[in-house]
Amino acid sequence: MPDGSSERGDRVSDARDGAPEEAADAADPAADGGHDPAPSTHTVRLELVDEPGQLLAALQPIANNGGNLLSIYHERGNKTPRGRIPVEVDFEATTERFEGIVEALREEGITVMQAGTERYAEEITLVLFGHLIDTDLSDTLSRIEASASASVADVSLAAPQGTEEVSSARLRLEARSGETSEAIAAVREIADEKELRVVAPLVGVEA
Amino acid sequence: MKLAVIGAGAVGRSVVELAGEHGHEVVAVADSSSAVVSDGTDGSGGAVGVDADAVVARKAERGIVGDGDPAEALAADYDVLVEATPTTLGDAEPGFSHVRTALERDRHVVLANKGPVAERYGDLRALAADSDGDVRFEATVGGAIPAVSTVEDIEPSHVTAVRGVLNGTANFILTRMAAEGLDYDHVLSEAQDLGVAEADPSFDVDGTDAALKCVVLANVLSFGAADDPADAREFTLADASVEGIRDVPGSVLRLAAEDGRTVRLIGEATGETVRVAPRLVPENGTLAVSGTQNIVQIETTHAGRLNISGRGAGGPETASAILGDVGRLG
Repeated sequence: MPDGSSERGDRVSDARDGAPEEAADAADPAADGGHDPAPSTHTVRLELVDEPGQLLAALQPIANNGGNLLSIYHERGNKTPRGRIPVEVDFEATTERFEGIVEALREEGITVMQAGTERYAEEITLVLFGHLIDTDLSDTLSRIEASASASVADVSLAAPQGTEEVSSARLRLEARSGETSEAIAAVREIADEKELRVVAPLVGVEA
Repeated sequence: MKLAVIGAGAVGRSVVELAGEHGHEVVAVADSSSAVVSDGTDGSGGAVGVDADAVVARKAERGIVGDGDPAEALAADYDVLVEATPTTLGDAEPGFSHVRTALERDRHVVLANKGPVAERYGDLRALAADSDGDVRFEATVGGAIPAVSTVEDIEPSHVTAVRGVLNGTANFILTRMAAEGLDYDHVLSEAQDLGVAEADPSFDVDGTDAALKCVVLANVLSFGAADDPADAREFTLADASVEGIRDVPGSVLRLAAEDGRTVRLIGEATGETVRVAPRLVPENGTLAVSGTQNIVQIETTHAGRLNISGRGAGGPETASAILGDVGRLG
């Protein structure tokens, strides 16, 4: 790892280390159940173009935005079908900074395939039912896709009575971090218009 | 405590039967057309209550509880009026008038009837504020499950949401559909044969019953958290977003199961919203209770999440909640 990046990482890491201690000392009861300021470990999977300097370019936004690099798994021999090199980076950061880091990576034009332990793309599974085929399922899906907060990752259709009867579809959506409710609301709106019903998950209650 | 029990369905009869075990006497019982009021003795000079066995037997044999007029029970000398007549919507009558009569006489009221607490909570609070009597209604939410009193113990201002499975009939149907791969109509008729669903199941399967319970909880949260009841938002059924399970096809449950999930009719109440709808929950998760079981999940500010599951309906179960309320009044 280049020296500059490492130093920066350490410096930011020191500043950050102070934060949770302060919070603990303050013993603010209002912090109960609220946002946890302690850093946690995050993993991002990136796809890099096979050109010199790409790895450094990918690591800098992490270090510059308060991430403390822990490990880099750079699998040079294993290219994606598009000829890119998958890289997995582990680092520590608070949730707030983590979001900034992912944003900065994207701004640098780096392809972020997956971000999270707390994933950047929050997965939502829901089931639609009604006259899915008659109401043009592919249009429904592209409209969900077009809504700002979610993209459709996977669809399973069940039409046991044939295509003209009531059918069901399980959708796996990926929503931007913290926008799960918005994503579900967007699906509801599209479904209402087409008189489809949505069986939505309970957000934040997966326990 | 001396109880007057209004309503002689399964719940009212169970209260009459079990009151003695809880150290209370039933001094009057009324159904819609008849009443029996204790004359102060049972003939042998001992107990002051009515003869519970005789009341239950008369109801079973002749469809009446006694030879008196229902108004006599309302006028009897009781400490607590137990209102267990069927839930009515809108003006919540005649239940609401029964409650008014008792509170105006400075007597306590324990409700099993959801109408007054779901449709006229503000009116009810106003009457209670002018009365020496108090109103309790644990039995209106989740049968034997102590949902209301748990929220009160934690204090409504420290509860952010209450959700759960609050209708055993709908839950039975969804459980059977998922387990057997059967469709809604088949399982409904099965449930009707078993007595789990009524001949007209609308109230349960359309989500109305669960919604009323959530409206009650929303009122408890809203009024409980407000410094001045005048500032509290009052909820009625009209404020609830309600979707039932009637149209849910079996394929929805299959798709859910393929992904380790299942569908439950979940009601959610906060101080701001009430929503009842079929929702996806993890198949082996806390909320995926089976059969006619209910569960109430309370989300708190300082105490994390509490889960209470149990029987959400039934005569003795609901009577236990009523008699628990009576105990809290004492």
